[in-house]
Amino acid sequence: MPATVEIPLEKWAGAVRAVTLGATPAEGGTRSRTVTVGGEGTLPFLGFEGQAPHAPAIAIEVRDANPGEEWPEPLTKAWGAALNDPAAWAKAAEAAGADAIALRFGQTGAGGEKITGAEARKAVRAVLDATGLPLIVFGPGQAALDNEVLVAAAEEGAGERLVLGACEDKNYRTIVATAMANGHLVTAKSPMDVNLAKQLNILVHDMGLPMERIILDPTTGALGYGIEYGYSVMERLRLAALQGDGMTQQPMIVTPGEEAWRTKEARAAEGVPAAWGDWQARGVNWEAMTAAALIESGADIVVMRHPEAVKRVKQMIAALQRGA
Amino acid sequence: MALSGLDIYKLLPGGMKPPHPKANCKECGFPTCLAFAMKLAAKQAELSQCAYVSDEAKARLSAAATPPVRLITLSADGRKVEVGNETVLFRHEKTFYHPTALMVRVPDTLSADEAAALARQVAAYKVDYVGMPLALDGLAVEVVSGDPARFAATVAAVRGAANLPLALVTEDPAAMAAGLAKAAGVAPLLVGATAANWEAMAKLAKDARAPLAVRAETAAELADLAEKLVAAGVEDLVLDPVQRDFAPSLAALTQLSRLARKMNFRSLGYPIVAFPYLGAGDAGAEMLLAGQQIAKYAGIVVLSRFEPAEVYPLLVLRANLFTDPQKPIQVEPGIYPINKPSAEAPVMVTTNFSITYFAVANEVESSGQPGWLLVADAEGMSVLTAWAAGKFDAERIAKTVKTSGIADKVSHRKVVIPGHVAVLLGELEEELADWQVKVGPREAVDLPRYLQTAW
Repeated sequence: MPATVEIPLEKWAGAVRAVTLGATPAEGGTRSRTVTVGGEGTLPFLGFEGQAPHAPAIAIEVRDANPGEEWPEPLTKAWGAALNDPAAWAKAAEAAGADAIALRFGQTGAGGEKITGAEARKAVRAVLDATGLPLIVFGPGQAALDNEVLVAAAEEGAGERLVLGACEDKNYRTIVATAMANGHLVTAKSPMDVNLAKQLNILVHDMGLPMERIILDPTTGALGYGIEYGYSVMERLRLAALQGDGMTQQPMIVTPGEEAWRTKEARAAEGVPAAWGDWQARGVNWEAMTAAALIESGADIVVMRHPEAVKRVKQMIAALQRGA
Repeated sequence: MALSGLDIYKLLPGGMKPPHPKANCKECGFPTCLAFAMKLAAKQAELSQCAYVSDEAKARLSAAATPPVRLITLSADGRKVEVGNETVLFRHEKTFYHPTALMVRVPDTLSADEAAALARQVAAYKVDYVGMPLALDGLAVEVVSGDPARFAATVAAVRGAANLPLALVTEDPAAMAAGLAKAAGVAPLLVGATAANWEAMAKLAKDARAPLAVRAETAAELADLAEKLVAAGVEDLVLDPVQRDFAPSLAALTQLSRLARKMNFRSLGYPIVAFPYLGAGDAGAEMLLAGQQIAKYAGIVVLSRFEPAEVYPLLVLRANLFTDPQKPIQVEPGIYPINKPSAEAPVMVTTNFSITYFAVANEVESSGQPGWLLVADAEGMSVLTAWAAGKFDAERIAKTVKTSGIADKVSHRKVVIPGHVAVLLGELEEELADWQVKVGPREAVDLPRYLQTAW
């Protein structure tokens, strides 16, 4: 006589909002397809008790200018000559399996001078023309430049449902205003804290941007460099969303590619312990492991860098989604 | 699952409905039953101090005091690894206590020399992560040949080469007996007992005083087998839910862990063992599945191969997720000289969160440039987190500069603060009137270039 075991099912009061990136010609844009993320009615991939209608998406990072020494050799080798041309790079990213392109601007343009709105427009146009994937645009991360670059990008891509990032508590008004004027989405980035994430979401929403156009970036650390903070903040945000807290029910975006390739483990070829293993394999593993752990804790969009890491994480998502 | 003070109160004379005649009798030494209940919940009192609780209440309280997941110890000679005793499903709820044991598979199709070499490699593997030594925990010798004699020879070879804890993997009791005979001095995990072989496996486990893994496909079948084994006298059990691929493994491990940790379902209150290579198409997928299983609820994970570039990320992930969220790893605040700095060398300030410290110290050290690293007491938080929490503000940074004695070590009066807290510049210039405060890069990785160009 087998024991009777009732499998406990969580009945959540809330769900994550579904957010759609990109607009097709019928929707006022030119994208050949759109990507919808979010919509989860339970914790990641627990298909036995709730809905997960949309798989997490992978955006591949493309730069407006060659990142040069900032990117270590395993990365530059993977993309080759495409590093010099955002359009070619975006095409290569699409071929590598990207669901979306994340165009990140540096503080200086290709000519070595401070980036201008005109340059930003040109790069956005080139990438939009090169691929039909939805586009995320990240500013250089410095308030004045962010505003210049993102406003130019928003105008150039009007109607495309771009994602503009990042709104931060010190600088969000201009970005939100241009997103509203041009039919785009924004990311709201807060430093690894549930309450700060909520607060910024409220500020952005209060300007009049619908919740369906806000993606949370709770910030994360790489494996070995604080990933446990990002991991737990994402678990807490997702639990709050499921418990019905309306200001946390946004899909989440994180940047494991950027974080992982900043670590010594991914960057250093020499002068490191033998126990760290082969450099080429280690860097890819570092990025893939960072992205995978964040997806398991609730990420809806991961921005990644190395095509091999992308391939593996894509396979993992497909395997998880089969059961969700 | 632990009962709250109020739950316990309801079982005491004062909390019963209607109240017991001995409500609040003070004989336990506490002024009220509620006060006693609170002390019990905090484990600062013993239930035996109250003479009036019912047997039913005693049973409930003692069940609540037993951890929901049994602690299982695998040992070999002096070395042992403990798994289980977990109480929560999310690390932020409290913490995860016993890091997932990582073992490496040794198939008995390897020659004795190959098996011994692999065992030695695994045993010798050690890597330092922010001052913590990380290592692998054991070897899982598996019958692939089908030949008990060959299995016994492989176990003997592994035992001869390393004193790591072992798992013996076969469903054939004859092979298991042959392997066990060569595993003297070890309490290996036996994997495992199934509906077909459990009686023979129970006997082997009992005689060897070894923990036994229970293999079945559903929670009900696992509970059923576990109950039979406990009745047969084997109490140290591990669960192998036989769900291998990413999604089924996540579902099974989540369900079993909820039943044990949340519902206090005793027959499933055991650590779980996982075999990621059985659910993954290749080595890259195996590492990610192993990562999933470390994060979501496996007590033991068996890897199919020993590859440092895969093992190191997994060990770091484990170290990160099993860090107590309330006690981040800290370094001692103070002055840290790097590369024999002179009185002219730069002074950089950062927080005492170990990962922050190591990131900054590693960068400066590997650049070869001398410097003084001034570590402020930010209660173990990283720069941004500490700043957001008010633990790394102008006042604290100024205090660190003034009280650390750095002024006696250097001839200049310049100090670099992390770029992430550039907003503190104005306030710091007031607090540190004698010093020139410089804003450094936001990321440690950019420090070497900053020191070359901007110092």
